[in-house]
Amino acid sequence: MKLVALFVLLVVAGCQSVPSWERGVLARSDMQLEGSPTEALLNSQLYDSKEASAGGLSAAGAGCGCN
Amino acid sequence: MAAEPGDIAPDFNLPGLDGGDEISLSDWRGSVVYLDFWASWCGPCRISLPEMVKLQSALSDAPFTVLAINLDEEPHKGVRFLKRFPVNYPVASNPDGSVAASYNITGMPNSFLIDPEGRVVLAHSGFRPGDMKIIRAHIDELLQSAAE
Repeated sequence: MKLVALFVLLVVAGCQSVPSWERGVLARSDMQLEGSPTEALLNSQLYDSKEASAGGLSAAGAGCGCN
Repeated sequence: MAAEPGDIAPDFNLPGLDGGDEISLSDWRGSVVYLDFWASWCGPCRISLPEMVKLQSALSDAPFTVLAINLDEEPHKGVRFLKRFPVNYPVASNPDGSVAASYNITGMPNSFLIDPEGRVVLAHSGFRPGDMKIIRAHIDELLQSAAE
């Protein structure tokens, strides 16, 4: 248990927020989790209606912090 | 914390993106300035830049300027972007983002409306179709009160 807690602590410590003006690399299309934004939007629409819930899956704006 | 209405807008002195003369915010003291931070990788900037070109043209006779700061780490990408989306206002280059950090911008694009005394009147993050109407109303109000 202690080992798991230590692992989580180490992984979380590696998280860092990137300032909005340094997100050029994150905004590249090959850095996206979803290959097609339109398909992702349609999938999310289907998921939301099937699950009767919305949001919480990803941030909008292709990772660049835009809008 | 991001520069907020009422704050004095941090001054800067940056080279032009085209390699031209240095650009300082203080050069426009006495005018209303719409300061816009952008980068070539920012999707909404493809909408906002043409809108700002129209804004600059519409207010060319007023004590007003759009002033832009490009934040591409590789400035040539910004230059290439401007070949596709040419602008009619000064564009400075800030590849290390030091000025963006001094304004602590929260999104891209991010803009600030600055009054003739150098004070931030409006901070605007992101850009959606229709935003320019709101921004223009603030600019007109500011120009009117500056003329009185």
